[in-house]
Amino acid sequence: MKRLSWFNATSLTLGLAFLYLPMVILVIYSFNAGKLVTVWAGFSTKWYGSLFQNEAFMNAAWVTLKVGFISSCLATILGTMAAIVIVRAGRFPGRTLFSGMIYAPLVMPEVITGLSLLLLFIAIGMDRGVLTIILAHTTFSMCYVSVVVSSRLVAFDESLEEAALDLGCTPFDAFKSVTLPIIAPAVISGWLLAFTLSLDDLVIASFTSGPSSTTLPIKIFSAVRLGVSPEINALSTIMIGIVAFGVITVSLTSKRAITRAKREEQKAFADA
Amino acid sequence: MKRFTLISVPYLWLIVLFLVPFLIVLKVSLSDAALAIPPYSPTLDLSQGWAGILVWLDGLDMENYWFLADDNLYWKAYLSSLKIAAISTFLTFLVAYPFAYGMARAADEWQPTLLMLVILPFWTSFLIRVYAWKAILSVEGFLNQFLLWTGAIHDPLIILNTNVAVYIGIVYTYLPFMILPIYAALEKMDASLLEAAEDLGCSRFSAFWLITFPLSRQGIIAGSFLVFIPAMGEFVIPALLGGSRTLMIGKVLWEEFFSNRDWPVASAVAVILLLILIIPIILFQRNEQKNREAQG
Repeated sequence: MKRLSWFNATSLTLGLAFLYLPMVILVIYSFNAGKLVTVWAGFSTKWYGSLFQNEAFMNAAWVTLKVGFISSCLATILGTMAAIVIVRAGRFPGRTLFSGMIYAPLVMPEVITGLSLLLLFIAIGMDRGVLTIILAHTTFSMCYVSVVVSSRLVAFDESLEEAALDLGCTPFDAFKSVTLPIIAPAVISGWLLAFTLSLDDLVIASFTSGPSSTTLPIKIFSAVRLGVSPEINALSTIMIGIVAFGVITVSLTSKRAITRAKREEQKAFADA
Repeated sequence: MKRFTLISVPYLWLIVLFLVPFLIVLKVSLSDAALAIPPYSPTLDLSQGWAGILVWLDGLDMENYWFLADDNLYWKAYLSSLKIAAISTFLTFLVAYPFAYGMARAADEWQPTLLMLVILPFWTSFLIRVYAWKAILSVEGFLNQFLLWTGAIHDPLIILNTNVAVYIGIVYTYLPFMILPIYAALEKMDASLLEAAEDLGCSRFSAFWLITFPLSRQGIIAGSFLVFIPAMGEFVIPALLGGSRTLMIGKVLWEEFFSNRDWPVASAVAVILLLILIIPIILFQRNEQKNREAQG
Protein backbone atom coordinates (compact mmCIF):
# COMPACT_ATOMS: atom_id res chain seq x y z
CA MET A 1 0.00 0.00 0.00
CA LYS A 2 2.72 2.43 0.99
CA ARG A 3 5.23 3.36 -1.68
CA LEU A 4 8.23 5.47 -0.94
CA SER A 5 8.30 8.76 -2.78
CA TRP A 6 11.58 9.50 -4.53
CA PHE A 7 12.30 12.15 -1.91
CA ASN A 8 11.99 9.70 0.98
CA ALA A 9 13.97 7.03 -0.84
CA THR A 10 16.76 9.52 -1.56
CA SER A 11 16.96 10.77 2.00
CA LEU A 12 17.06 7.21 3.36
CA THR A 13 19.78 6.20 0.90
CA LEU A 14 21.89 9.28 1.54
CA GLY A 15 21.43 8.95 5.28
CA LEU A 16 22.50 5.31 5.34
CA ALA A 17 25.43 6.07 3.06
CA PHE A 18 26.51 8.83 5.43
CA LEU A 19 26.23 6.47 8.42
CA TYR A 20 28.02 3.51 6.86
CA LEU A 21 30.38 4.76 4.14
CA PRO A 22 33.11 5.95 6.55
CA MET A 23 33.16 2.55 8.22
CA VAL A 24 33.10 0.69 4.90
CA ILE A 25 36.10 2.72 3.67
CA LEU A 26 37.92 2.01 6.94
CA VAL A 27 37.32 -1.73 6.58
CA ILE A 28 38.38 -1.83 2.90
CA TYR A 29 41.58 0.09 3.55
CA SER A 30 42.54 -2.22 6.42
CA PHE A 31 43.37 -4.72 3.63
CA ASN A 32 45.56 -2.20 1.83
CA ALA A 33 49.12 -3.33 1.21
CA GLY A 34 50.57 0.19 1.26
CA LYS A 35 51.56 2.20 4.28
CA LEU A 36 49.57 5.21 3.09
CA VAL A 37 45.99 4.90 4.21
CA THR A 38 44.47 6.89 1.36
CA VAL A 39 46.20 5.26 -1.62
CA TRP A 40 45.27 1.71 -2.65
CA ALA A 41 48.32 -0.48 -3.25
CA GLY A 42 46.89 -3.96 -3.56
CA PHE A 43 45.27 -6.49 -1.24
CA SER A 44 47.12 -7.70 1.83
CA THR A 45 46.40 -8.89 5.35
CA LYS A 46 49.81 -7.96 6.66
CA TRP A 47 48.49 -5.28 9.02
CA TYR A 48 46.47 -7.91 10.83
CA GLY A 49 49.62 -9.97 11.27
CA SER A 50 51.63 -7.05 12.62
CA LEU A 51 48.72 -6.13 14.88
CA PHE A 52 48.68 -9.55 16.51
CA GLN A 53 52.43 -9.36 17.03
CA ASN A 54 52.16 -5.96 18.65
CA GLU A 55 52.39 -6.86 22.31
CA ALA A 56 51.37 -3.43 23.59
CA PHE A 57 48.07 -3.67 21.70
CA MET A 58 47.43 -7.22 22.82
CA ASN A 59 48.05 -6.29 26.47
CA ALA A 60 45.77 -3.28 26.19
CA ALA A 61 43.07 -5.46 24.59
CA TRP A 62 43.32 -7.91 27.47
CA VAL A 63 43.04 -5.13 30.09
CA THR A 64 40.04 -3.68 28.23
CA LEU A 65 38.20 -7.01 28.08
CA LYS A 66 38.90 -7.70 31.75
CA VAL A 67 37.69 -4.25 32.82
CA GLY A 68 34.67 -4.50 30.53
CA PHE A 69 33.59 -7.90 31.77
CA ILE A 70 33.94 -7.23 35.50
CA SER A 71 32.53 -3.71 35.42
CA SER A 72 29.53 -4.70 33.31
CA CYS A 73 28.68 -7.59 35.67
CA LEU A 74 28.91 -5.29 38.72
CA ALA A 75 26.98 -2.58 36.90
CA THR A 76 24.22 -5.04 35.97
CA ILE A 77 23.75 -6.13 39.59
CA LEU A 78 23.85 -2.60 41.02
CA GLY A 79 21.81 -1.13 38.18
CA THR A 80 19.09 -3.78 38.50
CA MET A 81 18.94 -3.14 42.25
CA ALA A 82 18.69 0.59 41.62
CA ALA A 83 15.90 0.04 39.06
CA ILE A 84 13.91 -2.04 41.56
CA VAL A 85 14.40 0.69 44.16
CA ILE A 86 13.20 3.41 41.78
CA VAL A 87 10.16 1.52 40.50
CA ARG A 88 9.12 -0.45 43.60
CA ALA A 89 10.51 0.87 46.85
CA GLY A 90 8.00 3.71 47.20
CA ARG A 91 8.97 6.57 49.48
CA PHE A 92 12.13 6.55 51.54
CA PRO A 93 14.31 9.32 52.92
CA GLY A 94 16.56 10.74 50.23
CA ARG A 95 14.62 9.34 47.28
CA THR A 96 15.00 12.53 45.22
CA LEU A 97 18.76 12.48 45.73
CA PHE A 98 18.84 8.82 44.74
CA SER A 99 17.00 9.25 41.46
CA GLY A 100 19.02 12.39 40.79
CA MET A 101 22.25 10.44 41.18
CA ILE A 102 20.92 7.77 38.81
CA TYR A 103 20.11 10.24 36.02
CA ALA A 104 22.91 12.75 36.48
CA PRO A 105 25.78 10.55 35.25
CA LEU A 106 23.87 10.01 31.98
CA VAL A 107 24.21 13.67 31.06
CA MET A 108 27.43 14.48 32.89
CA PRO A 109 30.27 15.36 30.50
CA GLU A 110 32.85 12.58 30.60
CA VAL A 111 35.70 14.96 31.34
CA ILE A 112 33.98 15.97 34.58
CA THR A 113 33.18 12.38 35.65
CA GLY A 114 36.76 11.36 34.94
CA LEU A 115 38.29 14.31 36.75
CA SER A 116 36.07 13.88 39.82
CA LEU A 117 36.80 10.16 40.16
CA LEU A 118 40.52 10.75 39.78
CA LEU A 119 40.46 13.37 42.54
CA LEU A 120 38.59 10.88 44.76
CA PHE A 121 41.14 8.13 44.18
CA ILE A 122 43.97 10.55 44.92
CA ALA A 123 42.24 11.84 48.06
CA ILE A 124 41.84 8.36 49.53
CA GLY A 125 45.33 7.36 48.43
CA MET A 126 44.26 4.61 46.05
CA ASP A 127 46.78 3.62 43.39
CA ARG A 128 45.42 3.98 39.88
CA GLY A 129 45.18 0.77 37.91
CA VAL A 130 42.73 -1.82 36.67
CA LEU A 131 40.67 -1.63 39.86
CA THR A 132 40.10 2.12 39.65
CA ILE A 133 38.96 1.85 36.00
CA ILE A 134 36.56 -0.93 37.00
CA LEU A 135 35.09 1.22 39.80
CA ALA A 136 34.73 4.20 37.46
CA HIS A 137 33.10 2.18 34.66
CA THR A 138 30.75 0.40 37.04
CA THR A 139 29.54 3.74 38.37
CA PHE A 140 28.50 5.27 35.08
CA SER A 141 27.26 2.09 33.42
CA MET A 142 25.05 1.09 36.36
CA CYS A 143 23.00 4.21 35.64
CA TYR A 144 22.44 3.12 32.02
CA VAL A 145 21.52 -0.40 33.20
CA SER A 146 19.03 0.97 35.70
CA VAL A 147 17.33 3.11 33.04
CA VAL A 148 17.00 0.10 30.70
CA VAL A 149 15.77 -2.27 33.42
CA SER A 150 13.37 0.20 35.05
CA SER A 151 11.60 0.83 31.74
CA ARG A 152 10.86 -2.91 31.63
CA LEU A 153 9.88 -3.07 35.31
CA VAL A 154 7.34 -0.27 34.89
CA ALA A 155 5.50 -2.38 32.33
CA PHE A 156 5.58 -5.44 34.60
CA ASP A 157 2.36 -6.59 36.26
CA GLU A 158 3.07 -6.59 39.99
CA SER A 159 0.12 -8.86 40.79
CA LEU A 160 2.10 -11.79 39.34
CA GLU A 161 4.64 -11.43 42.10
CA GLU A 162 1.90 -10.94 44.67
CA ALA A 163 0.28 -14.18 43.50
CA ALA A 164 3.59 -16.01 44.04
CA LEU A 165 3.81 -14.55 47.55
CA ASP A 166 0.21 -15.63 48.28
CA LEU A 167 1.09 -19.13 47.14
CA GLY A 168 3.80 -19.33 49.78
CA CYS A 169 6.92 -18.12 47.97
CA THR A 170 9.48 -16.19 49.97
CA PRO A 171 10.07 -12.68 48.56
CA PHE A 172 13.45 -13.80 47.21
CA ASP A 173 11.97 -16.92 45.54
CA ALA A 174 9.17 -14.82 44.06
CA PHE A 175 11.72 -12.42 42.65
CA LYS A 176 13.91 -15.22 41.30
CA SER A 177 11.20 -17.32 39.67
CA VAL A 178 8.66 -14.68 38.59
CA THR A 179 10.17 -11.21 38.24
CA LEU A 180 13.66 -12.08 37.07
CA PRO A 181 12.61 -14.21 34.05
CA ILE A 182 10.29 -11.41 32.92
CA ILE A 183 12.85 -8.63 33.21
CA ALA A 184 15.70 -10.87 31.96
CA PRO A 185 15.77 -9.45 28.39
CA ALA A 186 16.20 -5.95 29.80
CA VAL A 187 18.89 -7.15 32.22
CA ILE A 188 20.76 -8.81 29.35
CA SER A 189 20.58 -5.75 27.13
CA GLY A 190 21.64 -3.67 30.12
CA TRP A 191 24.71 -5.88 30.51
CA LEU A 192 25.52 -5.59 26.80
CA LEU A 193 25.17 -1.82 26.96
CA ALA A 194 27.42 -1.63 30.02
CA PHE A 195 29.99 -3.87 28.32
CA THR A 196 30.11 -1.79 25.12
CA LEU A 197 30.23 1.48 27.08
CA SER A 198 33.21 0.15 28.99
CA LEU A 199 35.03 -1.11 25.87
CA ASP A 200 34.46 2.23 24.20
CA ASP A 201 35.41 4.63 26.93
CA LEU A 202 38.48 6.78 26.41
CA VAL A 203 38.04 9.86 28.56
CA ILE A 204 37.13 8.35 31.94
CA ALA A 205 39.71 5.58 31.54
CA SER A 206 42.42 8.14 30.73
CA PHE A 207 41.78 9.90 34.02
CA THR A 208 41.48 6.78 36.16
CA SER A 209 44.10 4.46 34.66
CA GLY A 210 47.63 4.10 35.89
CA PRO A 211 50.79 3.61 33.83
CA SER A 212 50.48 -0.20 33.96
CA SER A 213 46.83 -0.35 32.98
CA THR A 214 46.48 1.16 29.51
CA THR A 215 43.20 0.24 27.84
CA LEU A 216 42.68 -0.21 24.10
CA PRO A 217 40.91 3.14 23.54
CA ILE A 218 43.79 4.96 25.26
CA LYS A 219 46.24 3.11 23.04
CA ILE A 220 44.20 3.80 19.90
CA PHE A 221 43.82 7.47 20.80
CA SER A 222 47.52 8.05 21.26
CA ALA A 223 48.28 6.24 17.99
CA VAL A 224 45.56 8.04 16.05
CA ARG A 225 46.25 11.51 17.34
CA LEU A 226 49.33 11.69 15.13
CA GLY A 227 47.58 10.51 11.99
CA VAL A 228 46.00 7.49 10.34
CA SER A 229 47.70 4.13 10.58
CA PRO A 230 46.83 0.91 8.72
CA GLU A 231 47.28 -1.13 11.91
CA ILE A 232 44.53 0.85 13.62
CA ASN A 233 42.34 0.24 10.57
CA ALA A 234 42.86 -3.50 11.02
CA LEU A 235 42.05 -3.27 14.71
CA SER A 236 38.93 -1.20 13.99
CA THR A 237 37.78 -3.74 11.42
CA ILE A 238 38.03 -6.54 13.97
CA MET A 239 36.08 -4.49 16.51
CA ILE A 240 33.38 -3.52 13.98
CA GLY A 241 33.14 -7.17 12.92
CA ILE A 242 32.63 -8.41 16.48
CA VAL A 243 29.93 -5.81 17.18
CA ALA A 244 28.09 -6.48 13.92
CA PHE A 245 28.19 -10.21 14.57
CA GLY A 246 27.01 -9.78 18.19
CA VAL A 247 24.15 -7.40 17.42
CA ILE A 248 22.89 -9.46 14.48
CA THR A 249 23.02 -12.71 16.50
CA VAL A 250 21.17 -11.16 19.44
CA SER A 251 18.47 -9.62 17.25
CA LEU A 252 17.98 -12.86 15.30
CA THR A 253 17.72 -15.04 18.43
CA SER A 254 15.32 -12.62 20.09
CA LYS A 255 13.19 -12.55 16.92
CA ARG A 256 13.13 -16.35 16.91
CA ALA A 257 12.21 -16.41 20.62
CA ILE A 258 9.28 -14.07 19.94
CA THR A 259 7.96 -16.20 17.05
CA ARG A 260 8.33 -19.33 19.18
CA ALA A 261 6.44 -17.72 22.08
CA LYS A 262 3.69 -16.67 19.65
CA ARG A 263 3.43 -20.18 18.20
CA GLU A 264 3.19 -21.72 21.67
CA GLU A 265 0.51 -19.25 22.60
CA GLN A 266 -1.51 -20.15 19.50
CA LYS A 267 -1.06 -23.83 20.23
CA ALA A 268 -2.27 -23.34 23.81
CA PHE A 269 -5.36 -21.58 22.47
CA ALA A 270 -5.97 -24.37 19.96
CA ASP A 271 -5.66 -27.01 22.67
CA ALA A 272 -8.04 -25.24 25.01
CA MET B 1 15.74 -5.31 56.56
CA LYS B 2 15.90 -6.69 53.01
CA ARG B 3 14.45 -3.49 51.66
CA PHE B 4 17.11 -1.60 53.57
CA THR B 5 19.95 -3.56 51.90
CA LEU B 6 18.33 -3.21 48.49
CA ILE B 7 18.22 0.56 48.82
CA SER B 8 21.47 1.13 50.65
CA VAL B 9 23.90 -0.80 48.43
CA PRO B 10 23.37 1.19 45.19
CA TYR B 11 22.75 4.34 47.24
CA LEU B 12 26.07 4.11 49.07
CA TRP B 13 27.89 3.22 45.83
CA LEU B 14 26.57 6.34 44.12
CA ILE B 15 27.27 8.57 47.11
CA VAL B 16 30.88 7.38 47.39
CA LEU B 17 31.66 7.26 43.66
CA PHE B 18 29.47 10.04 42.28
CA LEU B 19 28.46 12.60 44.90
CA VAL B 20 31.63 12.67 47.03
CA PRO B 21 33.96 12.94 43.99
CA PHE B 22 31.96 15.90 42.78
CA LEU B 23 32.24 17.59 46.18
CA ILE B 24 35.99 17.01 45.99
CA VAL B 25 36.07 18.76 42.60
CA LEU B 26 34.24 21.68 44.17
CA LYS B 27 36.75 21.76 47.02
CA VAL B 28 39.83 21.48 44.79
CA SER B 29 38.48 24.29 42.61
CA LEU B 30 38.75 26.51 45.70
CA SER B 31 42.33 25.43 46.45
CA ASP B 32 45.63 26.69 45.07
CA ALA B 33 47.98 24.86 42.76
CA ALA B 34 51.12 23.64 44.48
CA LEU B 35 54.24 21.69 43.63
CA ALA B 36 53.34 18.70 45.76
CA ILE B 37 51.57 15.38 45.66
CA PRO B 38 48.63 15.88 45.26
CA PRO B 39 49.43 19.10 43.37
CA TYR B 40 47.15 21.45 45.30
CA SER B 41 47.00 23.01 48.73
CA PRO B 42 45.69 23.09 51.37
CA THR B 43 45.10 19.43 52.11
CA LEU B 44 42.88 18.49 54.99
CA ASP B 45 44.84 17.27 58.01
CA LEU B 46 42.35 15.58 60.33
CA SER B 47 45.00 14.54 62.85
CA GLN B 48 45.01 18.11 64.19
CA GLY B 49 41.28 18.03 64.91
CA TRP B 50 39.33 21.29 64.68
CA ALA B 51 42.42 23.39 64.23
CA GLY B 52 43.29 21.42 61.09
CA ILE B 53 39.81 21.93 59.66
CA LEU B 54 39.97 25.67 60.36
CA VAL B 55 43.36 26.00 58.67
CA TRP B 56 41.99 24.05 55.72
CA LEU B 57 38.87 26.24 55.43
CA ASP B 58 41.01 29.33 55.67
CA GLY B 59 43.08 28.22 52.67
CA LEU B 60 40.06 27.97 50.35
CA ASP B 61 39.16 30.92 48.16
CA MET B 62 37.58 31.88 44.85
CA GLU B 63 40.90 32.77 43.26
CA ASN B 64 40.67 30.24 40.44
CA TYR B 65 37.27 31.57 39.45
CA TRP B 66 38.61 35.14 39.31
CA PHE B 67 41.45 33.79 37.20
CA LEU B 68 38.96 32.16 34.77
CA ALA B 69 36.92 35.35 34.63
CA ASP B 70 40.02 37.43 33.90
CA ASP B 71 41.55 35.23 31.25
CA ASN B 72 40.03 35.68 27.81
CA LEU B 73 40.91 32.13 26.80
CA TYR B 74 38.29 30.57 29.07
CA TRP B 75 35.50 32.94 28.09
CA LYS B 76 36.25 32.26 24.46
CA ALA B 77 36.37 28.51 25.05
CA TYR B 78 32.96 28.46 26.77
CA LEU B 79 31.40 30.67 24.09
CA SER B 80 32.94 28.74 21.24
CA SER B 81 31.76 25.42 22.78
CA LEU B 82 28.25 26.86 22.96
CA LYS B 83 28.48 28.01 19.36
CA ILE B 84 29.89 24.72 18.06
CA ALA B 85 27.33 22.69 20.02
CA ALA B 86 24.44 24.88 18.80
CA ILE B 87 25.50 24.87 15.14
CA SER B 88 26.11 21.11 15.11
CA THR B 89 22.78 20.45 16.82
CA PHE B 90 21.05 22.40 14.06
CA LEU B 91 23.02 20.62 11.32
CA THR B 92 22.21 17.25 12.92
CA PHE B 93 18.54 18.22 12.83
CA LEU B 94 18.79 19.10 9.12
CA VAL B 95 20.28 15.68 8.33
CA ALA B 96 18.11 13.69 10.74
CA TYR B 97 14.68 15.07 9.88
CA PRO B 98 14.37 13.87 6.28
CA PHE B 99 15.81 10.52 7.32
CA ALA B 100 13.39 10.05 10.24
CA TYR B 101 10.56 11.19 7.95
CA GLY B 102 11.56 8.63 5.32
CA MET B 103 11.74 5.93 8.00
CA ALA B 104 8.27 6.71 9.31
CA ARG B 105 6.88 6.64 5.74
CA ALA B 106 8.61 3.37 4.80
CA ALA B 107 6.64 0.12 4.61
CA ASP B 108 5.90 -1.42 8.02
CA GLU B 109 7.99 -4.51 7.39
CA TRP B 110 11.02 -2.34 6.60
CA GLN B 111 10.85 -0.21 9.71
CA PRO B 112 12.49 -2.65 12.21
CA THR B 113 15.43 -3.13 9.80
CA LEU B 114 15.86 0.60 9.30
CA LEU B 115 15.67 1.10 13.05
CA MET B 116 18.40 -1.48 13.57
CA LEU B 117 20.57 0.15 10.90
CA VAL B 118 20.31 3.46 12.74
CA ILE B 119 21.12 1.94 16.13
CA LEU B 120 23.94 -0.35 14.96
CA PRO B 121 26.62 2.38 14.63
CA PHE B 122 25.87 3.35 18.22
CA TRP B 123 27.21 -0.04 19.32
CA THR B 124 30.48 0.35 17.48
CA SER B 125 33.30 2.29 19.04
CA PHE B 126 32.80 6.04 19.15
CA LEU B 127 36.54 6.54 18.84
CA ILE B 128 36.73 4.45 15.67
CA ARG B 129 33.80 6.27 14.08
CA VAL B 130 35.49 9.61 14.69
CA TYR B 131 38.83 8.24 13.49
CA ALA B 132 37.26 7.01 10.23
CA TRP B 133 36.72 10.64 9.21
CA LYS B 134 40.40 11.51 9.41
CA ALA B 135 41.13 9.51 6.27
CA ILE B 136 38.14 11.05 4.50
CA LEU B 137 38.67 14.71 5.33
CA SER B 138 42.45 15.07 5.11
CA VAL B 139 44.05 17.04 2.27
CA GLU B 140 44.85 13.88 0.30
CA GLY B 141 41.75 12.17 1.74
CA PHE B 142 38.90 10.43 -0.06
CA LEU B 143 36.60 13.44 -0.19
CA ASN B 144 39.24 15.58 -1.89
CA GLN B 145 40.22 12.72 -4.23
CA PHE B 146 36.58 12.35 -5.21
CA LEU B 147 35.93 16.07 -5.68
CA LEU B 148 39.13 16.54 -7.70
CA TRP B 149 38.20 13.55 -9.83
CA THR B 150 34.73 14.94 -10.60
CA GLY B 151 36.31 18.28 -11.40
CA ALA B 152 34.16 20.15 -8.85
CA ILE B 153 37.30 21.64 -7.34
CA HIS B 154 40.83 22.19 -8.64
CA ASP B 155 42.67 22.58 -5.37
CA PRO B 156 42.06 20.26 -2.43
CA LEU B 157 39.87 21.64 0.34
CA ILE B 158 41.32 22.01 3.80
CA ILE B 159 38.71 20.51 6.10
CA LEU B 160 40.58 18.37 8.61
CA ASN B 161 41.77 20.33 11.66
CA THR B 162 39.13 23.02 11.22
CA ASN B 163 35.79 23.63 12.91
CA VAL B 164 34.01 22.25 9.84
CA ALA B 165 35.53 18.83 10.57
CA VAL B 166 34.30 19.12 14.16
CA TYR B 167 30.75 19.86 12.91
CA ILE B 168 30.88 16.84 10.59
CA GLY B 169 32.19 14.66 13.43
CA ILE B 170 29.44 15.71 15.83
CA VAL B 171 26.66 15.34 13.23
CA TYR B 172 27.95 11.89 12.33
CA THR B 173 28.36 10.49 15.83
CA TYR B 174 25.21 11.98 17.36
CA LEU B 175 22.89 11.46 14.37
CA PRO B 176 21.07 8.43 15.90
CA PHE B 177 20.20 10.51 19.01
CA MET B 178 18.33 12.97 16.78
CA ILE B 179 16.78 10.44 14.37
CA LEU B 180 15.26 8.18 17.04
CA PRO B 181 13.08 10.69 18.95
CA ILE B 182 11.91 12.37 15.73
CA TYR B 183 11.07 8.99 14.21
CA ALA B 184 9.20 8.02 17.41
CA ALA B 185 7.10 11.19 17.15
CA LEU B 186 6.41 10.83 13.41
CA GLU B 187 5.61 7.16 13.64
CA LYS B 188 2.84 7.74 16.20
CA MET B 189 1.18 10.27 13.92
CA ASP B 190 -2.25 9.41 12.60
CA ALA B 191 -2.07 9.27 8.78
CA SER B 192 -5.76 10.08 8.46
CA LEU B 193 -4.98 13.61 9.62
CA LEU B 194 -3.05 14.18 6.41
CA GLU B 195 -5.81 12.62 4.30
CA ALA B 196 -8.32 14.93 5.97
CA ALA B 197 -6.11 17.93 5.20
CA GLU B 198 -5.81 16.89 1.57
CA ASP B 199 -9.54 16.33 1.30
CA LEU B 200 -10.04 19.83 2.62
CA GLY B 201 -7.85 21.19 -0.16
CA CYS B 202 -4.49 21.55 1.56
CA SER B 203 -1.45 21.14 -0.66
CA ARG B 204 0.95 18.42 0.44
CA PHE B 205 3.53 21.01 1.32
CA SER B 206 1.27 23.07 3.55
CA ALA B 207 -0.17 19.89 5.10
CA PHE B 208 3.40 19.06 6.13
CA TRP B 209 3.97 22.48 7.67
CA LEU B 210 0.58 22.68 9.37
CA ILE B 211 0.29 19.09 10.65
CA THR B 212 3.34 16.86 10.44
CA PHE B 213 5.97 19.34 11.53
CA PRO B 214 4.12 20.64 14.63
CA LEU B 215 3.29 17.07 15.68
CA SER B 216 6.97 16.10 15.55
CA ARG B 217 8.01 19.09 17.65
CA GLN B 218 8.44 17.05 20.85
CA GLY B 219 10.81 14.69 19.06
CA ILE B 220 12.83 17.59 17.67
CA ILE B 221 13.14 19.16 21.12
CA ALA B 222 14.18 15.89 22.77
CA GLY B 223 16.68 15.11 20.00
CA SER B 224 18.20 18.60 20.17
CA PHE B 225 18.87 18.27 23.88
CA LEU B 226 20.34 14.79 23.42
CA VAL B 227 22.81 16.20 20.88
CA PHE B 228 23.49 19.59 22.43
CA ILE B 229 24.26 18.49 26.01
CA PRO B 230 27.01 15.94 25.24
CA ALA B 231 28.38 18.02 22.33
CA MET B 232 29.02 20.90 24.73
CA GLY B 233 31.51 18.89 26.82
CA GLU B 234 32.90 16.89 23.89
CA PHE B 235 36.61 16.08 23.96
CA VAL B 236 37.38 13.30 21.47
CA ILE B 237 35.95 14.99 18.37
CA PRO B 238 37.75 18.35 18.72
CA ALA B 239 40.94 16.53 19.75
CA LEU B 240 40.96 14.26 16.68
CA LEU B 241 39.27 16.33 13.97
CA GLY B 242 39.65 19.90 15.18
CA GLY B 243 42.74 22.02 14.78
CA SER B 244 44.85 23.89 17.27
CA ARG B 245 42.46 26.82 16.82
CA THR B 246 39.37 24.79 17.67
CA LEU B 247 38.47 25.93 21.16
CA MET B 248 36.22 23.63 23.12
CA ILE B 249 35.95 23.60 26.87
CA GLY B 250 36.30 19.81 27.17
CA LYS B 251 39.66 20.06 25.44
CA VAL B 252 40.72 23.03 27.59
CA LEU B 253 39.90 21.07 30.75
CA TRP B 254 41.85 18.06 29.48
CA GLU B 255 44.92 20.14 28.67
CA GLU B 256 44.72 22.10 31.91
CA PHE B 257 44.77 18.78 33.73
CA PHE B 258 47.15 16.59 31.74
CA SER B 259 49.54 19.14 30.19
CA ASN B 260 49.60 22.05 32.64
CA ARG B 261 48.90 19.85 35.66
CA ASP B 262 46.91 22.69 37.18
CA TRP B 263 44.26 20.64 38.97
CA PRO B 264 42.54 23.53 40.79
CA VAL B 265 41.97 25.46 37.54
CA ALA B 266 40.80 22.27 35.78
CA SER B 267 38.30 21.74 38.62
CA ALA B 268 37.04 25.31 38.38
CA VAL B 269 36.59 24.86 34.61
CA ALA B 270 34.56 21.69 35.35
CA VAL B 271 32.34 23.42 37.92
CA ILE B 272 31.48 26.27 35.53
CA LEU B 273 30.82 23.86 32.65
CA LEU B 274 28.39 22.00 34.87
CA LEU B 275 26.66 25.24 35.89
CA ILE B 276 26.20 26.07 32.19
CA LEU B 277 24.88 22.60 31.40
CA ILE B 278 22.41 22.52 34.29
CA ILE B 279 20.06 24.89 32.41
CA PRO B 280 19.55 22.66 29.32
CA ILE B 281 19.50 19.54 31.54
CA ILE B 282 16.65 20.92 33.67
CA LEU B 283 14.78 22.10 30.56
CA PHE B 284 15.18 18.63 29.06
CA GLN B 285 13.90 16.89 32.22
CA ARG B 286 10.88 19.22 32.26
CA ASN B 287 10.15 18.53 28.62
CA GLU B 288 10.31 14.77 29.23
CA GLN B 289 8.05 15.10 32.27
CA LYS B 290 5.51 17.09 30.24
CA ASN B 291 5.56 14.39 27.54
CA ARG B 292 4.95 11.64 30.05
CA GLU B 293 2.04 13.52 31.59
CA ALA B 294 0.57 14.24 28.16
CA GLN B 295 0.71 10.56 27.31
CA GLY B 296 -1.30 9.70 30.38
